[in-house]
Amino acid sequence: MTKGITVALLLFLVAAGTVAFHVWSPWWFTPIASNWEYIDHTIVLTFWITGAVFVAVVVFMAYCVLKFRHRDGARAEYNPENKKLEWWLTGLTAFGVMAMLTPGLFVWNQYVSVPKDAGQFEALGQQWQWSFRLPGKDGVLGKTAVRFVKDTNPFGIDLKDPSGQDDLLIAGDDLHIALDKPVKVLLRSLDVLHDFYVPEFRAKMDMVPGMVTYFWLKPTRTGRFDIMCFELCGIGHYAMRSKVVVDTAADYAAWVGKQKTFAQSLREAGIKPLTDTAVASSEDAGTTAPAPAPVATNQ
Amino acid sequence: MADIAPTAGSQVPPAEVEEVELYHAKSFWTKYIFSQDAKVIAIQYSSTAIGIGLVGLVLSWMMRLQLGFPESFAFIDATDYYQFITIHGMIMVIYLLTALFLGGFGNYLIPLMVGARDMVFPYVNMLSYWVYLGAVALLVASFFVPGGPTGAGWTLYPPQAILPGTPGADAGSGGGIVLMLVSLALFIVGFTMGGLNYVVTVLQARTRGMTLMRLPLSVWGIFVATVLALLAFPALFVGAVMMLLDRLLGTSFFMPTIVQAGQQLAYGGGSPILFQHLFWFFGHPEVYIVALPAFGIVSDLISVHARRHIFGYRMMVWAIVIIGGLSFIVWAHHMYVSGMNPWFGFFFATTTLIIAVPTALKVYNWTLTLWRANINLTLPMLFALAFLVTFVNGGITGLFLGNVVVDVPLSDTMFVVAHFHMVMGVAPILVVFGAVYHWYPLMTGRMLHEGMGQFHFWTTFLGAYTIFLPIHYLGLLGVPRRYFEMGETGFIPASAQDLNAFITVVALLVGVAQIVFFVNVFWSMKHGKLAGKNPWKAASLEWQTPEVPPGHGNFGKELPLVYRWAYDYGVPGAPDDFIAQNVPGTASEGAHRT
Repeated sequence: MTKGITVALLLFLVAAGTVAFHVWSPWWFTPIASNWEYIDHTIVLTFWITGAVFVAVVVFMAYCVLKFRHRDGARAEYNPENKKLEWWLTGLTAFGVMAMLTPGLFVWNQYVSVPKDAGQFEALGQQWQWSFRLPGKDGVLGKTAVRFVKDTNPFGIDLKDPSGQDDLLIAGDDLHIALDKPVKVLLRSLDVLHDFYVPEFRAKMDMVPGMVTYFWLKPTRTGRFDIMCFELCGIGHYAMRSKVVVDTAADYAAWVGKQKTFAQSLREAGIKPLTDTAVASSEDAGTTAPAPAPVATNQ
Repeated sequence: MADIAPTAGSQVPPAEVEEVELYHAKSFWTKYIFSQDAKVIAIQYSSTAIGIGLVGLVLSWMMRLQLGFPESFAFIDATDYYQFITIHGMIMVIYLLTALFLGGFGNYLIPLMVGARDMVFPYVNMLSYWVYLGAVALLVASFFVPGGPTGAGWTLYPPQAILPGTPGADAGSGGGIVLMLVSLALFIVGFTMGGLNYVVTVLQARTRGMTLMRLPLSVWGIFVATVLALLAFPALFVGAVMMLLDRLLGTSFFMPTIVQAGQQLAYGGGSPILFQHLFWFFGHPEVYIVALPAFGIVSDLISVHARRHIFGYRMMVWAIVIIGGLSFIVWAHHMYVSGMNPWFGFFFATTTLIIAVPTALKVYNWTLTLWRANINLTLPMLFALAFLVTFVNGGITGLFLGNVVVDVPLSDTMFVVAHFHMVMGVAPILVVFGAVYHWYPLMTGRMLHEGMGQFHFWTTFLGAYTIFLPIHYLGLLGVPRRYFEMGETGFIPASAQDLNAFITVVALLVGVAQIVFFVNVFWSMKHGKLAGKNPWKAASLEWQTPEVPPGHGNFGKELPLVYRWAYDYGVPGAPDDFIAQNVPGTASEGAHRT
């Protein structure tokens, strides 16, 4: 058997060590680059509440182990229940839980409610690469279907849909988005589950073949950030990477101006696009999209 | 609720039915191989579970070698790595923890603790073990088919689980995923057979005087866990069957229209999210199937070794039942970023945080049991204390993940991995160890060696805590799970790789330290200090058998009669600091009325 003081001390050190590790850990949030700092705040609040409970429980255990260690001839107190104490503890816990859940649900409500003025772009995932599509000058993403996917049409855009002609296609290159503009990220997958995540953005959603999912964010600082796949998608999962650049308005406009439209890519492949009067490049695509586009569909 | 009888026998209810004739094995084969004695079956389940668990442990070392020293182990490639993580996870959750708690502890403790001679369906009980062994054999077989075992992650999400690009489903192989699914289906069949035994025995075979509210919490935990298993496993079963049909017959339960590497596949119309709902409808209750027996057992460890009744027994029972019930309405907290309807997030976050309340209550009652107790710091008590520390830690991180929007940045990061290892790996395994140190004297008549036990305890507790605490912080950084290697990123500091290396070294050391435990178990069988009868002075029925270890039929000629609950420790005025359950009611005026 072990001495009470040793065990009590070690329990106390585990609690103290845990707090110390938390305080001094160099491994903490990656600096945020989006509007979702409320999520970080909720995490910090949760650490305070749950940290207090953890320390209280472990220190209480240490105290009991020391104070009530075995003495020959002694007997434990016989007191099978204390309804009042148990209900108080239940009530306090319920209150603590509500204190964490309530702000969390408010922020979740914001997460699932896309602002009306949000722009959009589509992220397309496939084993094991990323591609992106912007709505182009008309502000509307063209409809898609898996059955349209071929070498000359890797996004599966419906050739008969006029709004798809001016979509800007980005593959194998960095994605750019505009600083301080809310944007809805539409997510599609051609084959298996993927997930579009940029740790600095704090926002993610799985990409599910057969449907279009979404999340939204507002980038709040410029920079070039890693895009990683966050849902196991086969043995190339860890290598499915890209980059997103958050641009100032001017830089963003310049970048958009250089991107190729779907119509151009068709022309280059020797296919006649829907209308040859479609503008080849979108110099004034600008940073705000018009009315929110109907969601592109997969069949 | 019957009052405590002041005179022996006057309040014990009369026998309702004749005692069933117990099966008596005659040959070596029916005594030790195809035994219908639950105690033998318990040892069969436990040995097999621990055996395959050691395979799972070795797989975890392989994973840690890759994570800690990514450039150094060229023989581990991405295919291997994904196979390791998948089979490690599947073994640990299902084939080790579920089998050990229900098949191992359930079979050994339930008949003894309820005062029965054996389970109510002993032949089916015997068969259930062999079905489980068959399931394990199929799992092991998947290592030996072309392409090797599945590497789809233990969650086996479609479409990737059955498509090329995932180990075990590549063209020219495919045996891996098929064997995995058939093995799971067989496991479920076996655990239905066993589960019916555990539930019906608790309901129908309790000895006279043993009301439900006089049962030790170990029985309550295993009983409710078994009810959960019977109700939840069917969801996994149908999911596995449907996935098998998608793979083998080309149906599209879970398969939408897919174009893979430029090729249109012949699937269409199915939903990958449907699988996730089915899987997690099973998967969440599954973690309580592992946790509830641990909760029950640790209550008994604390109580016996603190020489005090468990505090708030009735609330503890209700908490187990309520946690069990609520566990069926929280499942989609595993699916917050799955693409399911976002409004579900509100519902499941609420139910998930509600389930924290009865769970917290159990933590309070465990710690309050220590208040004004008379604590013996024996090895079972030390493991119980370690459980409390690690379970509170692991349970708390569940509150982060359950709060839907907080889960958004944390999902699929190492924070999730740290959470479930702490709460499901470390905490319940500490209970398993504590339980072995506690019941070893009953099973063998000897004590485990104290020195080896102390070494094993401190290295395991402090070592496992050191492994998993820092991993939470890698998750907060944004380090993803299920990554073969991190490569170049703009946000992960070099120190994170150093941390990974450190964790790997600790993990290997803790793994090796387990050798001491096994040496102890085998050495003490011959050389351990003789324990005598009821060395811990416990009140529950398993310690009151006429023979130690308990013989066939458990209780000798007469079944025990029960007069009190399982926690009469420190009763004022009693001759000793405990009163066994089968001791009639004299000199116990202060004893608890149940």
